[in-house]
Amino acid sequence: MLDVGRHPNIELMAYSEVEKVDGSAGCFTARVRKKARYVMADRCTGCGACAEKCPTLVTDLYNEGHSKRKAIYSWFAQGIPSTHAIDTDHCRLFQGKKCGICQKICEANAIDYEQQDEVVQLEVGAIIVASGYTVFDPGKIPEYRYRDLPNVITAMEFERFLSASGPTHGHIHRPSDILVTAEIEELDKQEKRAAKALARLEEKNGETTEAFYQRYTYAAQEEKDDPALQQWAQKYEEYLPLQNRLIELREKAAAFTTAKKLAFIQCVGSRDLRFYPFCSGFCCMHSIKEAVIAHEHDNDTTSVIFGMDIRAVGKGFDEYKVRGSNNSNIIYRRSRVAEIIKGKNDNPVLVYEDTVKQVVCREEFDLVILATACAPVDGMKDLADILGIGINSFGFFQTSHENPLDTTKEGIFVCGCAHSPMDIPESVAQASSAASRAVQTVTLTPEVLLKVS
Amino acid sequence: MEKKSDRTTEDLRVGVFICDCGSNIAGHLDCKAVTEYAGTLPGVVFTKENLYTCSEAGIVEIQKAIKENKLNRVVVASCSPRTHYPLFAGSCAEAGLNPYLFEMVNIRDQCSWVHMGKRDIATSKAMDLVRMGVAKSTTLEPQDDIESSLVRKILVIGGGIAGLSAAQALAAMGLEVLLVEKGKRFGGLMRQLHVLDNGISAEKYIDELAEKVSSTFNITPLLESKVTDIQGYIGNYRVTITTAGEKREETVGCIVVASGAVPLVEKGLLGYNGGTVITQMELEQRLKQGTFKGSRIVMIQCAGARNQQREYCSRICCATAVKNAMIIKRNFPLADIHVLYRDMQMYGDEKEKMLWDARGLGISFDVYDAAQPPEVTEGKVTFHQSVLGVTKEMNCDLVVLATPLVAREDAAEIGGLLRVPTDKNGFFLEAHAKLRPLDFAADGVFVCGSARYPSTSVEARTQGIGVASRVGAILFKDRLVKSAIVAQIIEDSCVGCMGCLNVCPYDAISYNREKNICEVKEILCKGCGNCASTCPSHSAILRGYRPEQLMAQIRAL
Repeated sequence: MLDVGRHPNIELMAYSEVEKVDGSAGCFTARVRKKARYVMADRCTGCGACAEKCPTLVTDLYNEGHSKRKAIYSWFAQGIPSTHAIDTDHCRLFQGKKCGICQKICEANAIDYEQQDEVVQLEVGAIIVASGYTVFDPGKIPEYRYRDLPNVITAMEFERFLSASGPTHGHIHRPSDILVTAEIEELDKQEKRAAKALARLEEKNGETTEAFYQRYTYAAQEEKDDPALQQWAQKYEEYLPLQNRLIELREKAAAFTTAKKLAFIQCVGSRDLRFYPFCSGFCCMHSIKEAVIAHEHDNDTTSVIFGMDIRAVGKGFDEYKVRGSNNSNIIYRRSRVAEIIKGKNDNPVLVYEDTVKQVVCREEFDLVILATACAPVDGMKDLADILGIGINSFGFFQTSHENPLDTTKEGIFVCGCAHSPMDIPESVAQASSAASRAVQTVTLTPEVLLKVS
Repeated sequence: MEKKSDRTTEDLRVGVFICDCGSNIAGHLDCKAVTEYAGTLPGVVFTKENLYTCSEAGIVEIQKAIKENKLNRVVVASCSPRTHYPLFAGSCAEAGLNPYLFEMVNIRDQCSWVHMGKRDIATSKAMDLVRMGVAKSTTLEPQDDIESSLVRKILVIGGGIAGLSAAQALAAMGLEVLLVEKGKRFGGLMRQLHVLDNGISAEKYIDELAEKVSSTFNITPLLESKVTDIQGYIGNYRVTITTAGEKREETVGCIVVASGAVPLVEKGLLGYNGGTVITQMELEQRLKQGTFKGSRIVMIQCAGARNQQREYCSRICCATAVKNAMIIKRNFPLADIHVLYRDMQMYGDEKEKMLWDARGLGISFDVYDAAQPPEVTEGKVTFHQSVLGVTKEMNCDLVVLATPLVAREDAAEIGGLLRVPTDKNGFFLEAHAKLRPLDFAADGVFVCGSARYPSTSVEARTQGIGVASRVGAILFKDRLVKSAIVAQIIEDSCVGCMGCLNVCPYDAISYNREKNICEVKEILCKGCGNCASTCPSHSAILRGYRPEQLMAQIRAL
């Protein structure tokens, strides 16, 4: 990323969209909208002082919603370019409130609340489409209860949990436990506030709240109507359940441990005629990798990978798979999980068939990770229309076996998961190939070039 | 030509620039104190604290100071050299200072970040690091980038689908290609195949491609030829190609290895006899020649692969089996076909669809476990169906084994000539399994197709085309320019022990038999310093990191 960002022949236009493409191979004109960041790219040094002081917390989608970021932000720490942007949907100023802190903080004077989208015309000889894929939404599969069970997560969420810079700093806390911990924090704040208010009243009246309340309960109606006392009583009545709930939650939290018994479910949304018939190609490997890393973090971790086939089909992949079972407590189980149900203690329970014994099994896990399909991105159709290129029956850009990088329009090439689901080495090799095809397009004729050289 | 480094420096005039990085550094340590401290260091004649040294204003400030204060050393204390060294060194060069007289100190990662909240410690460590940086800068010497000429010609070894595709793409990019094939015809393995996944005749397809490539004016096709010697380095390889005993010498800039792989044929493997028990490749040939016979066919996957001897999955055999099974089923609908597999490797979109379609045609698939491989006896296959846990027996008149592609026997020979590594399975080892699949660690040499790892015809073609842009990125430049931070070996003290030779990952060191010493090919050296830290006589040194330079830094601590 850094190499690309620094390359003198590459102009990066992040946070930009292609709106229109005219022309033909060798002479395309592309209209690109550079969306307003409200931060001047030539001034911003990416130091992050603005984000540090920004008062608005926003759900961080980079961490799959498991942490918060600020309303002025960069997508992730090492992102290129490091230029920050303001999320106008959440920024206080753009929501009509008073703020402007980032502008005051920024020593590079890079904040510009008046910035507008910029539309630029690009003259290019060839176009490479590398628009990638999107993660399938497992909420569409009712039997896996992704939305209902907090401890059923996607591989991408798990990836963030495993990351040292992720929401849990690399510890595999269960989302249900994280929710409880957050609730404790919130209730704790409320409890402290309530306790303080009660303490003030105690001081004022020279009586403990408990004693007051006992007296108040049996007091005459007249006394009960006294608004000041009524308020005190009400405060106490609110405080009690708060305290009880806190005690209850704290007891529960005391037993929390990191997730140690993991289940991975393969082909979630792929190889499934209800959703995507194709194989996503890389998920078997990322499940194995995640299980291996989880085991590295904590040697007590055990993982079961449920799949129809384990497609470890790349250089060194099958060897990695075997090492996973030998060294990292991974069990590969050939089974299509029928259902995930809620077990005790928020543990997901997997229902699947033991085909040899021909019985339906139920097995409880700490955490279930879904290997979600590599789905065509939402804007694929729009982009295809803008570029005037075809889409195949799987929803990816159309190519042929003879010219695997060429789309249906001359001079436009495709690589990576916009082409079809594939893993990293294959994507990289394809990217080189697409670059090669693009160079061939802009190379006038071999004869001319040879003369020049 | 006057060299930039010819200017000798009389007295030391060091300029130190301390970056606040907004509050990223200044928020956690006292940049002002560090700047003042820097001014007291020996040799320092100019100091400046900047809000952002990397900003336009900061750069102008450095350049102005170089000119106005006649600085002959510049030290910037800021963020990581990984991101900003090129910017600062380049800016110094623009102002007329040799860029190798620039030194960078990282007071962000190493001070403000790791000692966040401990202002005193962070400040004092920043002072230490700046003192070390200044001390080192005083010992720096001006140097010139290493330049080398480039020959815009490429040697492609192997004329299969990958090599042909590479040659075609390179030629279309305006480069000259020598395409060397040891066989009588181009086409490699594909020539032996029946049809491709999409029903097209493989031979017809490859013939058309070979014809196109052979008739391209900037491609020199060399059949029945072998590369017998390779000398030189990136940009200027001297290669010897032998055709029918006749030698021909050529100079090329880059080399592409596309030597392919061969299907395993092993007598006795699961009853292999070449008659009733054959390989998928033999089945292809029978289908192609129209000599195929059989009504009850059992295909066994992973024959001789994914076992202790050959641990890898050969990637392409599942799709091959399904393709052939479908062809048989379509032509002989009454044929009974069973595929025994461990995992059906039908990755991606089209292959998975083939699997659905094959099932739809009535081809049956059964799982066996590696621990209990099928047994093939005369007219019968016995296997343990591991999903159901039952043992089955199947009568058959033909058994087809999906054997893996294995590395060519002469792969090691080519590897030796090029001095590039192969993995334990004999396939060529790329520079990085994920991010550099087509490169070797050594510059100027590339790999594609099944020589790297079994690949389908589409994948091999993709990689062949891809290699062309890897080559282009080198050969489209006028000259090869690289950093002067390379190793050098002092001739007088080198005893020729070859300790350095063994630790060099880039094959940049060779042994000079006449002088009995080791020598560095600067153009190949990447400045890792392995040799310098290994050499027992301290003859190997890394420029810019000489012992006296590092010692100056250490003594300053």
